[in-house]
Amino acid sequence: MDFKRKDLLGLEDLAEEEILFILDTAKSFREILNRPIKKIPALRGKTVVNLFFEASTRTRMSFELAEKRLNADVLNFSPSNSSIVKGESLQDTVKNILAMKVDCFVIRHSTPGVPYLLAKELPVSIINAGDGAHEHPTQALLDLYTIRETKGRIKDLKILIVGDIAHSRVARSDIWGLTRLKAKVRVCGPPALIPPMIEKMAVEVFFSLEEALREVDIVMMLRIQKERQNWGLFSSIGEYRDFFSLTEERLKLARKDILIMHPGPVNWGVELPFKTSKSKKSIILNQVTNGIIVRMAILYLLLGRNR
Amino acid sequence: MSLLIKGGRVIDPATNTDEIMDILLEKGEIKKISKNIDSCEETLNASGKIVSPGLIDMHTHLREPGREDEETIQSGTYAAARGGFTTICCMPNTTPTIDNPSVVKFIYEKARKEGIIEVLPIGAISKERKGEELSEMGRMWKAGVVAFSDDGNWVENTYLMRRALEYVKMFNLPLISHCEDKTLSQDGVMNEGYFSTILGLKGIPREAEEVAIFRDITLSKMTGSPLHVAHLSSAGSVKLIEQAKKSGIKVSAEVTPHHFTLTEKEVTSFNPNTRVNPPLRGEKDLIALKEGLKNEIIEVIATDHAPHSQEEKESDYVSAPFGIIGLETALSLVIKELVEKKVLSLIQALSKLTINPARILKIDRGRIKEGAKANLVIFDLNKNWVVRKEDFLSKSKNSPFIGWTLPGVVEWTIFEGRIVYRNTK
Repeated sequence: MDFKRKDLLGLEDLAEEEILFILDTAKSFREILNRPIKKIPALRGKTVVNLFFEASTRTRMSFELAEKRLNADVLNFSPSNSSIVKGESLQDTVKNILAMKVDCFVIRHSTPGVPYLLAKELPVSIINAGDGAHEHPTQALLDLYTIRETKGRIKDLKILIVGDIAHSRVARSDIWGLTRLKAKVRVCGPPALIPPMIEKMAVEVFFSLEEALREVDIVMMLRIQKERQNWGLFSSIGEYRDFFSLTEERLKLARKDILIMHPGPVNWGVELPFKTSKSKKSIILNQVTNGIIVRMAILYLLLGRNR
Repeated sequence: MSLLIKGGRVIDPATNTDEIMDILLEKGEIKKISKNIDSCEETLNASGKIVSPGLIDMHTHLREPGREDEETIQSGTYAAARGGFTTICCMPNTTPTIDNPSVVKFIYEKARKEGIIEVLPIGAISKERKGEELSEMGRMWKAGVVAFSDDGNWVENTYLMRRALEYVKMFNLPLISHCEDKTLSQDGVMNEGYFSTILGLKGIPREAEEVAIFRDITLSKMTGSPLHVAHLSSAGSVKLIEQAKKSGIKVSAEVTPHHFTLTEKEVTSFNPNTRVNPPLRGEKDLIALKEGLKNEIIEVIATDHAPHSQEEKESDYVSAPFGIIGLETALSLVIKELVEKKVLSLIQALSKLTINPARILKIDRGRIKEGAKANLVIFDLNKNWVVRKEDFLSKSKNSPFIGWTLPGVVEWTIFEGRIVYRNTK
């Protein structure tokens, strides 16, 4: 197949074959990471701007590495050291950078839809690196890659996502991607952190982690943000841990070969006991490594060929 | 100075008139309505066109005083005239607030000097619309307000709302309530449901409107004072109004054209011009609103015309303010969604834009009769037009309908016997 898109905005509108094509392309980049010189010239002469309006460590570094591995020229932008503090609008910032003749924007913003609006307006490629609680497509793609790499398939796997689904862009993108590849998805968390009518996204909802864990192949734990308790969404971190921490006793209820994932950063001691970091069941660091090749694949497909 | 409107299909919902007649206007009044009037100084050939009482919008936001960059009293009246309106009622959420007689007088003065149609101010219920103490309603009544409302700020304090409803008995004016329990809607930006879930945007549940309506209806019953509920958006709200009416409570209600035209699905475009308060709801709500209009549960169509600057409205979905402009598209949306789809007859639809708001506000407007003010709109039901950003006479351009082709073209708007808008296209 051919990948003809200008932008990567979300998993909701990606077809199954497009997702598989990205994962296969990523696989072909896998061995580059083990070379002594980890660079190929696919994006030589292209300029990619990382526009992060919201704090990020992992995703920003992963993108930057992916861009550099492909030999792109990289510009980094974060609002704290920029004209945003001088009151320049988002649109103006982007248009000014565009006037410097760049080829691609990687955008993270706290408001859903910002990358979509820019993609409609601008002639260059836009990659959504997370827009509010809406989508985080590269994270979902690296999750899919990691699942396929370790389990050999995605179809018919039972995958459970636990925690603050309501505020999670990762959960939404993962649900779109996993259901499109025909996995069976469950979500679990306190009721106020499960958004309304999520069943329509073809997921099963659980409020009890014990029940939700049964028969599950992969459990994906999400970070819980302490400030949510101020809004009455749950009562305390301690109580949250009592009900939703993936303890060893709870893990015994699941399949023996269950694998644990987390998009990071982990609140050790809250959603996951610290012990888990050393567990063989954890593939959290595989996710981080795979993030680079998946992002390389996306950059290559959007920019590296003559469209 | 006299003006003859010849051969138009005259529709006057107040008298259930719908026939081809001539209308002679003289000295700002309707002099004569008859089958055949000989031509005079100036004659408008209205044959094939509808002649209706000038439209009345009982829910307009002008931004003067305070945000004249977004809309002035002058530009608002130009936009209104283009939309066929001859009377608009401006909400008090200006800076300063319309909460005292001098601001009321300022608006009348400005409208008289610079406006081309009538502007009737609505006074605030509480000082600065803070919901803490009653404004000087009596003095504002004497200065000419036609209703009271705290507009976007629902009076949360139930005690104060009770007292306000009692107080207006002295002036026999309606209280208009923007029913929204903000402790429930919080910082939501769209309808709560499947679409807010997949878009990751904060939701406003229908219940934020419904619990507020329930309380206000209860207080209206308690006090016996009339209550007008602004911009209904949900099926549950329509039901509440219906039940209240059945039990004899003096409640009336309005709906905006955007709430009976668009659903929450539009938000998937992330276009900030789909961000309105109350939010666009679902398909079922839209159907219930249309049914409510049909069954006379909702007697008024009002625009909630809310101008916002391009800088503010064209940012992102969360930062953009609520509201869209509506004066210039209202009549056409009524024709497209209600008349052409046979929800309402033309005469019933026009009643909700003319005599019904006039009755609620107790103003002598919205009818075609000899001796009445010569406020009329003449429009062509069979012509279409394309909504273009650059054609808006409003200072603001925040409309989700840009690019739409709409039926119904206003040919002339006549205010007090003078042509204040003429279609030149």
